[in-house]
Amino acid sequence: MTESSTATAHSTWDVDEVRANFPILLRPFESGKYRKGTLPVFLDSAASAQKPRCVIDKEREVEENYYANAYRGVYEFGARVDEELEASRAKVANLIGAASSEEVAFTAGTTMSINLLARGWGGKFLGPGDEVLISEMEHHANIVPWQMICAERGATLRWLPITEDRRLDLNQLDEFLTRRTKMVSITGMSNVLGTINPISEIARRAHEVGALMHVDAAQSVPHQAVSVINDGIDFLSLSGHKLFGPSGVGAFYGRRELLDDMNPFMGGGHMISQVYKSHSTYSDPPAKFEAGTLPIVQAIALGTAIDYVTSLGFDRIHAYESQLLTYAHEGLGSIPGLTIHGPSIEHKGAICAFTIEGASSYDLAEWLNSKGVFVRHGHHCTMPLHQILKIENSVRASFAFYNTREEIDRLVNAIDFTVAKLR
Amino acid sequence: MTLALSMTLDDLIEEFDELGDWESKCEYLMDLGDDLPEITPELKSEDNRVHGCQSNVWMAAEFSDDGSIDLIADSDAKIVKGLVAVVLLAYSGHTAQKILDTNIEAIFTRLGLNRHLSMARRNGLSGMVKRVRNIAMSALADR
Repeated sequence: MTESSTATAHSTWDVDEVRANFPILLRPFESGKYRKGTLPVFLDSAASAQKPRCVIDKEREVEENYYANAYRGVYEFGARVDEELEASRAKVANLIGAASSEEVAFTAGTTMSINLLARGWGGKFLGPGDEVLISEMEHHANIVPWQMICAERGATLRWLPITEDRRLDLNQLDEFLTRRTKMVSITGMSNVLGTINPISEIARRAHEVGALMHVDAAQSVPHQAVSVINDGIDFLSLSGHKLFGPSGVGAFYGRRELLDDMNPFMGGGHMISQVYKSHSTYSDPPAKFEAGTLPIVQAIALGTAIDYVTSLGFDRIHAYESQLLTYAHEGLGSIPGLTIHGPSIEHKGAICAFTIEGASSYDLAEWLNSKGVFVRHGHHCTMPLHQILKIENSVRASFAFYNTREEIDRLVNAIDFTVAKLR
Repeated sequence: MTLALSMTLDDLIEEFDELGDWESKCEYLMDLGDDLPEITPELKSEDNRVHGCQSNVWMAAEFSDDGSIDLIADSDAKIVKGLVAVVLLAYSGHTAQKILDTNIEAIFTRLGLNRHLSMARRNGLSGMVKRVRNIAMSALADR
């Protein structure tokens, strides 16, 4: 994007208009714990994003007007739910550039999606001598399911290292990517470092050795456009609640022929074709992966969230968030002793994980909380990454398109005010 | 003697009442934490580490002939250290029986800590209380 088009995108971004769609951001503290009349500063969207009014309204619309179980009844409510669910599924498919909505299964979220893949694919195709390649910056959700299935199948889990500037070390990729590699599972964007990974390049090189490519898109999909076909992605996992949609719903994408070959993850209603006393046969994808009752209301409202985000436009979102991130780096970077863990701005999304020399992350988060600034602290489900960074925990401020420069001022000022005391 | 240890529990309650919002209380807890002397490195042992806290907390006890128990504790996080000071104010210097009879939840509620602290923090605080009560119970058993 050129300088001028960035400026144009930002100048047309009316953050107040965007914020007006998020009731939770506009509710001042009443009294008691927080200073009366101040607004909360929500800087934890990487954990879970706030929902726009249209999503909240959609959930209410379903519950109040036509709620019923899905794929079960011919009656009016059931039929309407089926239509709404399929419309939402098509929106997910469209969002990620899938060839067909049959390639998208609803899940409980990214964690379930990755477990579905590890078990449904790995449980069938992994064997002794095979390797799965992940990276040192993965979330536990993209580590533990692979550890479990590799241990079970006698396969080996390998870790692509990160560089000193906190990016994937692609120079070492050839060493780690061999004919033994059967699956490469990498995050689209680190939930701590913010690093945006070159997925299409990794996918291309994975395919060269005959491996499949899975992307943990939980963090990346709310911030940037993705195309599974163009980027050569075989499998992709995402969560609704990080995409400004409801919690409890997510999606799993797989190329059709790969889904056909996989084992189902869970058995139960809806995922079967025939059930006999001796055995069962399974539905075609995606039903094969949707045993039991779906999170119906949430899955429908996920489609509304996708409509909302795409109506804002990923180019404009990216342009605005880049400006916020630059501003946050300048502000936080001016605090003595503060280290932001991650690559330079051009290689990352809107996340700043930081530590302050001599100060406890828990203290920082609690202090910020007392000022109404909500950030996360801890290891952020990335213990191996924190070991590499040689820190026990960190504070993470993550930004979304509804955050403002004034909110970043409140973050920076609150830390500035107290940093001497916390040491 | 430092400010943190020279005041009484009633002083602390009065101070907290005047402070109002959580921001002021947090700041005060940091001051309390600042005033609490650091314990010697040998006391920061695995045995003395209090479990359940997100930050490191260490606690040891000294027993006097008159039956009173002096608690010595520290944390590497400042606000947590302030909470450590609150626990010491509530318990330290008391007999084992008095420690076991103390209604600590009522004190935490009176200070607004139960309302303001997150569940993870309250669990940490419970860990400290459990440690103090264990110290008191073993003192009673040894008698």
